[in-house]
Amino acid sequence: MKKIFGVLLISLLAACASTKQPAAEVEDKSAGTQSTESSTKGAETTAYPTLNPLTDPNNILSKRSVYFDFDSYVVKDEYRSLVQAHAQYLRDNGNARVLLQGNADERGSREYNLALGQRRADAVRNAMTLSGAKESQIESVSLGEEKPRATGHDESSWAENRRTDIRHQGE
Amino acid sequence: MRIRSPELPTYALVLFLWLIGAPVHATLDIEIFGGGATQIPIAIVPFAAEEKLNQGITPVVAADLQRSGLFRLVDPAGLAPHEPVEVVYSEWINRGAGALVIGSTTALPGGQVAVRVRLLDVAKQVQLATYTETVPAGQLRAAAHRIADLIYEKLTGDVGVFSTRIAYVVKDGKKYALQVADADGFNAQPVIEYTEPIISPAWSPDGKQLAYVSFENKKPVVYVQTLATRTRKAVANFRGSNSAPAWSPDGKRLAVVLSLMSGSQIFLINADGSGLQRLTQSSGIDTEPSFSPDGQSIIFTSDRGGSPQIYRMQITGRPSGMAERLTFEGSYNVSPDYSRDGKSFTFIHRNGDKFNVATQDLATRQVQLLTDSKFDESPSFAPNGRIILYATEVKGRGILSAVSSDGKTRQQLSTQAGDVREPAWGPLPRLQ
Repeated sequence: MKKIFGVLLISLLAACASTKQPAAEVEDKSAGTQSTESSTKGAETTAYPTLNPLTDPNNILSKRSVYFDFDSYVVKDEYRSLVQAHAQYLRDNGNARVLLQGNADERGSREYNLALGQRRADAVRNAMTLSGAKESQIESVSLGEEKPRATGHDESSWAENRRTDIRHQGE
Repeated sequence: MRIRSPELPTYALVLFLWLIGAPVHATLDIEIFGGGATQIPIAIVPFAAEEKLNQGITPVVAADLQRSGLFRLVDPAGLAPHEPVEVVYSEWINRGAGALVIGSTTALPGGQVAVRVRLLDVAKQVQLATYTETVPAGQLRAAAHRIADLIYEKLTGDVGVFSTRIAYVVKDGKKYALQVADADGFNAQPVIEYTEPIISPAWSPDGKQLAYVSFENKKPVVYVQTLATRTRKAVANFRGSNSAPAWSPDGKRLAVVLSLMSGSQIFLINADGSGLQRLTQSSGIDTEPSFSPDGQSIIFTSDRGGSPQIYRMQITGRPSGMAERLTFEGSYNVSPDYSRDGKSFTFIHRNGDKFNVATQDLATRQVQLLTDSKFDESPSFAPNGRIILYATEVKGRGILSAVSSDGKTRQQLSTQAGDVREPAWGPLPRLQ
């Protein structure tokens, strides 16, 4: 028991250490306001018709979902560039904030699934802070099995619902 | 350790709700699948002048007793005694009745009704109990539940739960409603209605408040709502997720699950949202706390051993990683609820691809599987420990069901519309 506890303690400390990874501070006061002020006043800003990078379908930042394997909360390699792009955006825009909403499939206890969804949100948060976003810019929460995107009761629906969604402030 | 919420002042806002006063008309229908072997045969004679009342009493009493699975109703047709002197015991012996209920009602000025009831032992030809009460005509169902409790207690020696209430969530289309109903499913009232999910209702020990988790603000937040005043307060709205409220037996504190620090861990918090204290300390998931009746320990779900299992830990006032594992059969045991006598707990056990209600005796560790349906969730003990209310699925629709703690009697409760889930059985009413 003590041995197990020791191992748990070490892994807990490791987890704490990784989340406290100091973000690579980048002085950048100008970039933060760009996205919020663009696009709505199209007529006046014809010189720079910048699209909001968060909603531009050609920008990777418009992609918001990270999917997970069954009973897993490991961010798969295919989502690394997506997570890093959002982390980069947070680094570049010090005032930007994201809400990470983890989800789980419908099988089993609602509260346990809420905790599983939390792990999936935390996994994305940790990947983002390792890529330089500040922890204070990110809130990771869980919707558990309560807000399924796919409402079927089969493996393809369950796979669709095992994911974390990235929501930028105001969305 | 004390932690202040970074998002919400300790004295959280009291919210007044957009609440609806009208009762919900969908009631819960009860079906009985089977009965125990030793049912008590009982005849209940319609009370004198009962037919003049808007609400019958004896039909409610009969349904309560039948629903318990411990009684068999004997048809009183053709016999109508209302006073002991009118009872011819041989007639009831011939019909096989072991117990007989007779009584009268008298309408009084001002809308009051005087009810007088006698419970008779047919074999011994003696009176076992009498009961008189004067109630407003609008509260005759409640009086009937009290009469059923009295009969149940006299004949089984156990506490009746017919006057208790249940809470549950109904999802109908995109609407979610937290409702409270009498234990027989009638008199359903909405507590809160919203277009975002509501889960995990939990009754305060005095039955006056409900804690629950609402997703109305893009994330789970724990609220405590006072039923009488319909005011509510966010008691746990910390950074991250807030969920799984459970009341301490003295009603002063809640155990809640927060992701505030790292992962999902169990904390204690005062019922007003102050005095946050961490309870569990693991690198895994700790959730679904349930207090022991003496308030000294909690049982909860944790995956610290690799799969979700049920653990017990003492509440010492300091966060602790030490806990005793209680379940060992299978790779998925979740959602524990302590029995009110502290001797056992009910939980969900995954059995192949099925999720079923089970109980485990804390002393002998013996596990009993009580159901064989496919998707059972959220088991909740009745205050007398004799029945377990749970959510299950029939033809793709969520319904409530109840099973006796010996597994012999099962009942289905269902509403006409919507998905019903997340049941919680309320406490016994306090003696006046």
